[in-house]
Amino acid sequence: MIEISGLSHSIRGTQILAPTTLTLPAGQITALIGPNGAGKSTLSRLIARIEAPPAGTVRVNGLDVATTHGGRLARELAFMGQHTGLASRLRVGELVAFGRWPHCHGRPGAADRAAVAQALQDFELEPLAKRFLDTLSGGQAQRAHLAMAAAQETPWLILDEPLNNLDLAHARALMAYLARLRDGGRSVLIVLHDLNFAAGWADHVVAMKGGAVVAEGTPHEVLTAPALSALYETEIAVATHGERPLVLHHLP
Amino acid sequence: MPTRLLWPLAAAVLGLLAIASLMIGAASFESGQTSAETLLWVSRVPRTAAAILTGAALAVSGVVMQQIVRNRFVEPATAGTPEAAAAGLLAVTLIAPGAPIWVKMAVAALAALGGAVLFAALIRRLPAREVFLVPLAGLILAGVIGAGVTFVAWETDLLQYVSVWLMSGEFSGVIAGRYELLWIAGAAAALAWFAADRFAILGLGPEAATALGLNPRAVLRLGLGVVALVTAMVVVSVGMFPFVGLILPNLVTRVMGDNLRAALPVVALGGAIFVLGCDILGRVLIHPYEIPAGTIVGVLGALAFLWLLWRGDRDAG
Amino acid sequence: MRARGWVALGVLCAGVVALWLFQGLSGNVGFVLSLRLGKLAALVLVAASVGMATVLFQTVAQNRILTPSIMGFDALYLLVQSLALASLGISGFVGLPAGPKFLIETALMAGLAVALFGALLGRAGGRDIGRTILSGVILGVLFRSGATLVMRLLDPNANAVVQAVSFANFSRPSVETTLWAACLALPAMALALTLGPRLDVLVLGRERAVSLGLPHRAMVLVTLGIVAVLTASATALVGPVAFFGLIVAGLAHSLAPGARHRSLLLLAAGLAAVGLIGGQWAFERVLGLKATLSLVIEFAGGVLFLTLLMRGKIR
Repeated sequence: MIEISGLSHSIRGTQILAPTTLTLPAGQITALIGPNGAGKSTLSRLIARIEAPPAGTVRVNGLDVATTHGGRLARELAFMGQHTGLASRLRVGELVAFGRWPHCHGRPGAADRAAVAQALQDFELEPLAKRFLDTLSGGQAQRAHLAMAAAQETPWLILDEPLNNLDLAHARALMAYLARLRDGGRSVLIVLHDLNFAAGWADHVVAMKGGAVVAEGTPHEVLTAPALSALYETEIAVATHGERPLVLHHLP
Repeated sequence: MPTRLLWPLAAAVLGLLAIASLMIGAASFESGQTSAETLLWVSRVPRTAAAILTGAALAVSGVVMQQIVRNRFVEPATAGTPEAAAAGLLAVTLIAPGAPIWVKMAVAALAALGGAVLFAALIRRLPAREVFLVPLAGLILAGVIGAGVTFVAWETDLLQYVSVWLMSGEFSGVIAGRYELLWIAGAAAALAWFAADRFAILGLGPEAATALGLNPRAVLRLGLGVVALVTAMVVVSVGMFPFVGLILPNLVTRVMGDNLRAALPVVALGGAIFVLGCDILGRVLIHPYEIPAGTIVGVLGALAFLWLLWRGDRDAG
Repeated sequence: MRARGWVALGVLCAGVVALWLFQGLSGNVGFVLSLRLGKLAALVLVAASVGMATVLFQTVAQNRILTPSIMGFDALYLLVQSLALASLGISGFVGLPAGPKFLIETALMAGLAVALFGALLGRAGGRDIGRTILSGVILGVLFRSGATLVMRLLDPNANAVVQAVSFANFSRPSVETTLWAACLALPAMALALTLGPRLDVLVLGRERAVSLGLPHRAMVLVTLGIVAVLTASATALVGPVAFFGLIVAGLAHSLAPGARHRSLLLLAAGLAAVGLIGGQWAFERVLGLKATLSLVIEFAGGVLFLTLLMRGKIR
């Protein structure tokens, strides 16, 4: 469980995140949605202590993010941000192996090697394991960074727009992978732009706008036509497909 | 795998160069002016060791700086760190001329640290994503500090001193008892190897480092410390060698990648080969006179750097 | 307004010249005056050369923070000088009269500079400006190390040469060198002023220059040639002055009434003269400092350059 209370953030007097109190349930996939500039990335980065919070507290499974040692937190939550496009001369396998750093500090044991092999397999990276990162396509590099976060094998996985650069098949594979993690008892927070990925896979949806949380609940509660139309300030319809909502934007 | 063969190969080349270095010099073993044993242990062995330590430490400090500022085209020697060390030495020479040697070394190292910190702070304020502006800012910063140091030295008649530190380095003055500080530089480089994974992770960006539970600022401090220590000891002992920390890391990581734990020993060996090779060349070109190794390093290094800049590789941009 | 500005510059120039010539005049007045006149001519020539060369170079490179000396022009001159020394041998070289020697060196240097920097600027253009500058700086290091290396090969004890390669020295110029430098630099300056209107078009960039019917490539090469000649003259007289041109050209651009090259060039030359004569006067006679003014210039210019970089003025 991630408990957020009174968390806020501003840069040079401009408020990026209004004081927010929120609880993210454990054992579920939580989707964070909202228009550009809503504060989704900021919230996920604050939770993952990538940015130090000026006010408020975040507790991940009872650990205060501000005071807990970084190495301890890295065994509790893994984070993948949007800046994955660096031209590094690391090999894919080496990058993924760095995901085990919080566990082994550079002295990998059998369990670490197994986790890396599993992550490479899960993201279909085995044929690319010996390739340099700067020779990969955008989607391949994205998967390599995802595999690194996955190799951390943490109870919580926080992903900021992980579908960037991924084609439909790989995007779907990622969501299915996250669902398997969830079924295994782990928890996921994922920032999504494509609402139908939220509608199709999430258990819990948090909607943000203008630096504040405006709605949260199950997909059926949050992903409604009036709520989404107001959220994005454009006309959106919602149908039902199977047991899930289906978001439509190509209205006649 | 060919990259596995790289470091035994480099070690073998360095071994051959070292043997050559022990045989070549102005004085010959046969002439009988000094006993062969004295010549060997007082002059040749220290000189060879000095060149090897200098090259290895400078190459490693280049890698460290490239990782902490995340730019492949910087190194301490072209970012104002040696000039800052010289400023510290000059200050301590002026204020407390009688200070014991370890005080002078400590001041030089602290000043070098200040220079490196200044550079890091400076480039943080540069417009983002300007790959080539970072090394340029370093070169200009070096010019500014260098001009200040030279001015003060000129006015206080210490120019001779300062030019020993800042002009192209050379090993002709190295004898037993006058190069041992370089072992500290070597030790700092070795320390960098133990932290190699941390530097590699920092090279992925502060965000990724934080996510993996590393404190980016702590790694940054460690890196700046290594850079400052290596630079100060080299400047004090033999003067400065540009490009060693630039060329070798670029060449080696091009083949071996950024897995620093594997690459660093090869980078260090490569740096040692480059500097020792240039020193030997300087000794034989106009025998029995000498050309400073730093001059040859400057010419070959600049050519190599231009080639790296324009080779049209995607990781250049 | 414009006229008043030029009058002010003229008065300022006359002021520093008067100060230089007549301040503290005593003893053998005629002798001291002729000494000071000679040095004044050299300083004016250096100032105008550096100021104009920088403005011209910035026009070709389409960038306000490049200068010929940042790009290694002066180091190239020193390299050519040492190469000439190497090929002729020291005795043959010393035997040559100063005039032809200087002419040969300048011609060689201009040819090399046009070939090298024409290729460099032509290839990267204004697009990849960071890489172009870095290449220039590294070329400078290469030329400087190369000059030192050649000198060392010729004369193992050439420590004096190493010093000359590194610092400008404004007390150095001889009357004869000044005359020969003037013979080359003055026509080059006149040519630059004649080309003024074309330079106004050149600065618009390659595409527009070509579509306006300007022979772009030829203009670039001619301008680089002028820059090379001017830089060679200044370097022959006093040695490398790293950042002086940057300050002067920056000032000229901000003070100029418009972007017309004739006024820009004259303004840069005038400002440079005022700065150099005034600075050298203060340095020599007021402060009585032993070091060279070029160090102060390098320090101040470097700080200015870094500030420009921080402000994002490079694009």
